[in-house]
Amino acid sequence: MEARGNNEINDSVGSLVRPVVVSSILFMVVCGLVYPLLTTGVAQLIFPYQAEGSLIERDGEVVGSELIAQQFTEPQYFHPRPSVTLDNAGEEDLPYNAANSRGSNYGATNEALIEQVRQRVADYREENGLPSDATAPVDAVTASSSGFDPHITPANAEVQLQRVAEARGISEDEAQTLIEENTDGRLFGFIGEPGVNVLELNLALDELGG
Amino acid sequence: MLLNVLSIAVILLCSIPLALLFGTYFARYVFAGERHLLPERLTYRVLGVNPNEEMTWKRYGLTLVLANGAMMLLGYAILRFQSLLPLNPQGLVPQNPDLAFNTMASFITNTNWQAYSGEVSLSNFSQMAAITFMMFVAPASSFAAAVALARGFSRREFGTLGNFWVDFTRAIYRYMLPLAFVLALFFVWQGETQTLSANATVNTVEGETQEIARGPVASLSSIKHIGTNGGGFFSQNSSHPYENPTALTNVTQNLAMLLTGASILYAFGLTVARRKQGWVLFATCFVLLIGSVAIAYPAEQYGNPILTEASADQSLTADQSGGSMEGKEVRFGPALSSLFSAITTATETGSVNNMHDSLTPLGGLVTIFNIQFGSVFGGVGAGFIYLMMYAIITVFIVGLMVGRSPEFLGKKIEACEVSLTVLAMLVTPLFILGFTGLAMVWPGALDSLNNPNAHGFSEILYAYTTGTQNNGSAFEGITDDTYFYNTTVGLAMLFGRYLPILALLAVAGSLAAKKNVPETAGTFSTATPTFAATLVFTIVVVGGLTFFPSWALGPIVEHFQMLEGKTFTLGD
Repeated sequence: MEARGNNEINDSVGSLVRPVVVSSILFMVVCGLVYPLLTTGVAQLIFPYQAEGSLIERDGEVVGSELIAQQFTEPQYFHPRPSVTLDNAGEEDLPYNAANSRGSNYGATNEALIEQVRQRVADYREENGLPSDATAPVDAVTASSSGFDPHITPANAEVQLQRVAEARGISEDEAQTLIEENTDGRLFGFIGEPGVNVLELNLALDELGG
Repeated sequence: MLLNVLSIAVILLCSIPLALLFGTYFARYVFAGERHLLPERLTYRVLGVNPNEEMTWKRYGLTLVLANGAMMLLGYAILRFQSLLPLNPQGLVPQNPDLAFNTMASFITNTNWQAYSGEVSLSNFSQMAAITFMMFVAPASSFAAAVALARGFSRREFGTLGNFWVDFTRAIYRYMLPLAFVLALFFVWQGETQTLSANATVNTVEGETQEIARGPVASLSSIKHIGTNGGGFFSQNSSHPYENPTALTNVTQNLAMLLTGASILYAFGLTVARRKQGWVLFATCFVLLIGSVAIAYPAEQYGNPILTEASADQSLTADQSGGSMEGKEVRFGPALSSLFSAITTATETGSVNNMHDSLTPLGGLVTIFNIQFGSVFGGVGAGFIYLMMYAIITVFIVGLMVGRSPEFLGKKIEACEVSLTVLAMLVTPLFILGFTGLAMVWPGALDSLNNPNAHGFSEILYAYTTGTQNNGSAFEGITDDTYFYNTTVGLAMLFGRYLPILALLAVAGSLAAKKNVPETAGTFSTATPTFAATLVFTIVVVGGLTFFPSWALGPIVEHFQMLEGKTFTLGD
């Protein structure tokens, strides 16, 4: 059957060689180089802070990124969620390694998961001086997906509040205010979950002195 | 709980006006249109093609496969010579041959299965020139195939289906590039990085050193979703705060995943001059998607009773989302995580904002069956092709029931179309179940598992499901960078991609050549809610009959193990 109108039909396979070869190079250049480089240029121009990773400076020195959790173990700081990241070679444990994101990938019936959670609950109780039958907020005893979830839940912050206030010698009310100031709320008041940004909160605490 | 359900409902409903808007645009300016814009004319000149040349289905399919083959080779070369190429600030070494084959098979087929971790395996140059490049051309190829299939239904007594180069180029220039650019800037504004700098090294508040990977993320992240690609810049994909920093980016990514597939359905309705048909197809997918969220969200919110036993408080209160939080991020919680999982599997995108391996068994089951159906919006173009396969089967079954020769959109559906469709539908179970079975007995293949017992089986089932259906997400615990998995998953991706596309192009060629059958009172109308319901039923029954035994061996048995409080240790 013939095509209609002025349209032409070409049946030679040889005539496909040039477009096939040229198209892969052309679209590699357009989509793989021009597009991302142009985006980089424009992004660097209008949103340089975000484009470089939302890095926070204190006294002229970069101390972290507002989007990336870092390790906190001292009692006067709020602690982020557990992290199971490894070093860049993927061999040794290196929690909060933001150069090699990783979750545990443990399934619900994996004994390794349950044991980890039991251990974290015990540690959490000890750190925060909780009774031996106290439960822990689930986000405080489970590993995040990225390995450096910048947030903890308000419930988790609430439990750690007393320890932090005591270690710093500040009132719980002061700490409470800072928690609220560093909580990212829901989008439009109903989408997503509120989260306390741990690094920003800890920096605000240091700012407060004490 | 109410807020969570409300947020899920609002996000899903937003996809309707978007499909209307972009579907109309597609039908007028991307599927059709006489004029060739200046950049398009230049492109055709450089390629040396005549944009007015019409292609038969065979030539259309051949061009698509050859073009994809050349692009895959070029990408493979870039990965293998990464250390000699520029923009490699971390000095990363090239991927080995079987991994590079797997990676490029994965990205050219719109799968985006990643047996590597982006931040420690690919240079900035590879992320752009190999990965981001593939993320445009792969969906543009299946977009073109969908346009050709739509023409098969709209044309009468025609020998041809249009010109691949025109459809392909328009999909990129008139849709993907401009939208990806705007979305990328939006994502940067929200906190995604877009830089060529090396990793940042910071001295933390407690005086430690922390290394932070970054790169041209946003430009990849936008096309990752518009093109239902799914491959992450970082190993942890859209759960990484640089790849999905806020609830707003998360919602945008959800809608971007649905956008192209949903709009193609509406555009199809306009192309065949039956607007209602577009809505009926949309409604079919929408109902199935809602059904999957309705299983996944309660399962994730309910959480894991074994963890409650271990004193983890999973209750939903004003101060915490509760639910299953292993492998999830606080800013998303169980609601936005399960919604993301349902959408990314339904649309065959494969990006994740939580770890699917750590979903509750029922949540994991939803991701598996969504991928296996392949037609709940589905991947760009490919989802439409799968949905039309199910639609052809449905009119055939209905035709058998009422005793009339089946018709669909004014075309007689005859032995040729039905045979091709059934053959194409068998590709999925053949590669998913066949390779899963092979992996169960292949020496050493089980050493790759990260989880014991039923969940371990699910990891393998998921790997071949996601490969064959070109989804790309994973139960990531599995150590998939082995010769066996790189090769078998790579083959599953290639066959799972090209066999159905070629079969349905053949169907399109056959349909385009047919006469139109006038509609009579006895014609079974396919633009009705009844047809939508029948189509939903067909998808669930055909998909269910094919795959139910595999679900029973994996996630379903694990669900009951979890309720019983049973735990397992790897190696027992």
